[in-house]
Parts: sequence; structure tokens; C-alpha cells
Amino acid sequence: MKPSPFDPDRPALDVEGLCVDLRTPSGTVRAVDGVSFGVHRGRTLALLGESGCGKSMTALSVVGLLDPVAEVTGGAVRVGGTDTLRLSRAERRKLAGPVLSIVFQDALTALNPVQPVGRQLGEPFRIHRGFSRRRAEEEAVRLMTRVGIPEPRLRARAYPHQFSGGMRQRLLIAMAVALDPDVLIADEPTTALDVTVQAQIMRLLRDLQTERDMAVVLITHDLAVVAQRADDVVVMYAGTVVENGTVREVFSHPRHPYTKGLLDSVPEDAVRGRPLPAVPGSPPDLSAVPSGCVFQDRCPLVRERCVRERPPLRSVGASRSAACHFSEELHRV
Amino acid sequence: MVPFLRKRVVSSAIPLLFVVLGVFFLARMTGNPVDLYLPLSATPEQRADFSAAQGFDDSVPVQLWHYLTGAVQLDFGTSLRTGQPAATMVLDAFPVTLQLAGVTMLLAISGALLVGSLAAYRPGSAIDRIAGLLSMTAASIPDFWFAIVGVLVFGVSLDLLPTSGTLGGPEVWILPVATLLIRPFGVLVQVVRGSMVGALSAPYVKIARSKGADARRVVFGHALRNAVTPVLTVAGDLTVALVNGAVIVETIFGWPGIGKLMIDSILQRDFAVLQAAVLLTAVTIFALNILVDVCHALLDPRVRQAVPA
Repeated sequence: MKPSPFDPDRPALDVEGLCVDLRTPSGTVRAVDGVSFGVHRGRTLALLGESGCGKSMTALSVVGLLDPVAEVTGGAVRVGGTDTLRLSRAERRKLAGPVLSIVFQDALTALNPVQPVGRQLGEPFRIHRGFSRRRAEEEAVRLMTRVGIPEPRLRARAYPHQFSGGMRQRLLIAMAVALDPDVLIADEPTTALDVTVQAQIMRLLRDLQTERDMAVVLITHDLAVVAQRADDVVVMYAGTVVENGTVREVFSHPRHPYTKGLLDSVPEDAVRGRPLPAVPGSPPDLSAVPSGCVFQDRCPLVRERCVRERPPLRSVGASRSAACHFSEELHRV
Repeated sequence: MVPFLRKRVVSSAIPLLFVVLGVFFLARMTGNPVDLYLPLSATPEQRADFSAAQGFDDSVPVQLWHYLTGAVQLDFGTSLRTGQPAATMVLDAFPVTLQLAGVTMLLAISGALLVGSLAAYRPGSAIDRIAGLLSMTAASIPDFWFAIVGVLVFGVSLDLLPTSGTLGGPEVWILPVATLLIRPFGVLVQVVRGSMVGALSAPYVKIARSKGADARRVVFGHALRNAVTPVLTVAGDLTVALVNGAVIVETIFGWPGIGKLMIDSILQRDFAVLQAAVLLTAVTIFALNILVDVCHALLDPRVRQAVPA
């Protein structure tokens, strides 16, 4: 089932030049524009960005779950060397679960309200391994035990609304790792939870990742989560990648003014009586992304060249890049 | 489930009592049966004798008391028209209507689930647009018109189908069922489609797909059961309308059902039969509503839980 041969140098998930178009009543807009990243087994990559920057859309295209109004129009999504975008529907379904898996943010709506959770957790085994209903439920109970659901045998018969938010998120995670996927995509897995539960869920994710040697793509707008949890980060803005690199380097020396603006707005060194620093303005409407630099309207460094010419993502150091004409200036300040 | 049922039955009792009273008074507003059953030449004495024999010269409260005490014992009096017990006449006619409504709704619901789901699977597709057009047309055709045209085309011009009566093979069912079917089918296709489009775009469907579920598993294993709640509610209402509205079809096709019996009883001021028929219809409608609620509870664990035990 798993793509072979295993090559330790090859990323478990390799996204290259991904483009996604969105059909809207007022015409087609490009929601994801040439996004590339790779993530190896055992490592965590964060896709960081504001709402609407295309990070979730990127995640959904990777697992092939885009809504019908959205369409992948270019690029490649390679899993173990196979471009999944070139596979048939049936072939992609074979990868969904054993190779690629996803956890959503809203665990209440992500679980089917009219099915007992044990049946939902057992479903991957029924689909991919042809287990009997009874055997699949045994596996479900085993998974529930693993993710820390008390009285799993009893609770397997319960329905989603009978669980707390944190427990539901555990169930979703259990379901996503059921078949030991190579790549787990976590789309804001803790957004809907309170802080203590968030920490537990992040710890569970980390433990499962270590135990199963998964590549994790963490989609988030939470800088703290990225700092604590991710190895690498891809900063997205208006459907494009504006900066990438290791979390340590990007966070200590951002090379794109947007990344810098985000990091500066963390209220860590806030001074009483002074307004919190923020990135002024709001992201461009996707139907009116400027032809030059996507960040020009909000950029403190903007000049004439930024309006004229879109900066390509270029290397600004060992294994990191930024899409800014003037990223060297940021380095100096 | 038992406390749930008990609660629903108890809460239906009071409206049912109002129906019982309403029928009694409304029936008496249609006029005096004596004028209808005795010839114009009848003497005042004959009229008085008839009234006394039938209990019409008792005061209204006394008549009401007889009616209520009778109803409790399932005795609804005797038909003026036929001399048979009203209960017997009603119970003879009722299964005919029930069969007609049952067959119709079974076909309408199963057909609508299939067509509606197909349409919803790819919104905007050719199937979706054809289904939308057909269902809209079906929901808008007046049933009496369809019945008359059906009789004209298939019964008279083509001479393929019988036009009235219940005697004969299964072909006697075709025109009446088709007439009753079109509107509920059209309405239900639209309800199924709408609610399936919603269910199919729900996150749990995405999750099901992310587990590698194929279209069949997604639609029948996950979406349909969630989408079926509004369908049940509308289907319940449509069935009620069908039991009530069967009168047109029963009259046109000469089916001896409860609708036809009611119309005849009104025209003949046959109070006893009318009261029994309306009461039975009302009980059926209450029972249907309870059945719909029970189905909701069976299908959705959240509804089951919402009932305090």
C-alpha cells in the first residue's frame, strides 16, 4: 500500500508550484498561486498565515478534498514520488488513510452526528483492510485507548454530541492516524479548544508523530504553536508563499516584511499605554491581487519597484527563501 | 423510547378533543337533515317523528353527550343514508384510502430519495438540472387536471387503462396512484436535493472522503441519514394532505375510500358517518405525526436524547 521504495532523502510529501483556482460569482480567482514545500517523515512543517491566505485550500488540495467550486490548475503533489494529482479518483482513494490523512479544526461537525463514534473510527479498517464490523470496532476501541478516551469500550457506542470538544478532537486524531499514514495534515487542530486542552492535543499529536514517524503539516495562524511545535515554516500571504525556512531562523530573523510584521504584533514586549503593534490594513481581495508584490499595500518598505514587479521567492540563506526585493534591508534592522 | 411515545400521545389528546367537538358543531351548521330525507310533502307530524327517532330534537348539549359517550365506546350512531352503523362504513372505506396513500408515498419517497440524491451529488450537473425541471413541473401540476387528462388519454383515447373502480388487476392502481404521486414526488425531490447538498458539503462528509470512502459509502453511509430529517417532516405533511386530498382522486376514479365517503356524507347531511370519518382521519393524522417523530428519534440520537426520561 505504501509508496516504495523508501528514500530517506525524499520528502514524504512534496508540493511543487501548486495552483488552485476558485470559481466565484464574479469570475475565477486564484486562491493558491505557485505554492511549494516539502516535509520529511518525523518532521513538522507549519503553514502559517491569516484567514483566507490559502493555507487551508492548500491542505485540501493535497488530500484531494477541495469543494467543487475550487480546482487545482497546476503543480504537483508528490507522495513518496507519486504525483497524486495525476492519479484517478479510485487510486487517490487508496491513498486516503494509509498514506495521507487530515484532521480538521471543528471536531463537532467533522464527526458524523448520527453514527456511534466507534463505527466512525473503525471505518478506515473497513474501507482499506476489509475488516468485519466487529473487528473494525475492536480497532476503534484500541485507538480510543491510545488517544486517552476513558472507558473506550463503552464510549465507542456513544455519539459525537456526548463528548467534550477536547475528546472529540482526540477522536478525530485517532481516526486520522488509524492506518499509520505517512503524512498527517492538521488543519488548525486546536482553534476551537480552550488553552489547556490545546496543549494536551498538541502533546498527543507530537507523541503520535514520534511513535509513528509521520510527516506533519500543521496549518495555523498561531505563532506560538508554530514556535513550539514546528521544525519548518512556510509563511503564506494572498495565496503565495512569502517566506520559508526553519522556524528558528525565520522567527529570529524574518526576511519578509509580512513575517516581521506578524512577529512584531505578538504582544510579548508590549508597553502599557501604547497601542499593540499590528500589520496595518487587510489582505487584498483575491479578485484584485496587485500585479506587483502581493504585500505592497501594507508594506512599510514599499517602493516603485514593488508595484512594477512581483518579487520571486529567492534564496536568502542556507535552505531558506523570501519573496521580497529588499529582504536584505530587513536583515540589517 | 417509551416515555417519548407516551409524551407525544398525551400531547395529542387535547387537540384531538377539539377536533371531535369541531366536527360535531360544524356538521350541524350544514342544515337540517330532515329536509333532505323526507319528501317535501311530509306532514309536520312525520317530520317531528323522524326528528325524534333520530334524536335531532334533543337539545344540542344532550346530542353532544350522546355523541361523546358513543364515541368513547366506538359507537358513532347509524347512517341515515344506509341504516348501517357509521363505524362499519368508515372502517370499510378507510383501508382503501390508506392503501392508496401508502403505495403512493412509498413510491414518492423512494423515488425522491434516489433522484434527489443523484441531483445533489453534483449540483449544477445535467442530471441536477433535469431533475430540477421535472420536479418543479411535477410539484406544480394540479392533480384534478392530471387525473382528467390521464383518463382522457390513457382511458378513452388509447384505451389502455381502466378509468374507474377497484375491480381488476394491478392496472386499476396506475392512474389513481400516478395522480396522487406527482405532487409529493416533485416536492420531495426538491427537499431531498436541498438537504443532501447541505449534508454532502458537511465536514463529516469530507472526513469520510479523507478515509477513502467511495461515492456510495459517502451518500448512503454518511450523508443520507443526516439529510433525511427534513424529508421525513415534509413527507409526513404530504401524507396528511394525501389522506385529506384523496377525495378528488377517489371521486374521479370511483374509489370507495374515506374521502368519497366524507363528501357523500356532507351532501346527504349524514352526520353520524361524517363525524366518524372525520374523527378517524384526525386520529390517523395524529398517529402519522407521532410516527414521523418516532422516525426522527430513531434516526437521530440527538433527538432521542433531548427527551427527558
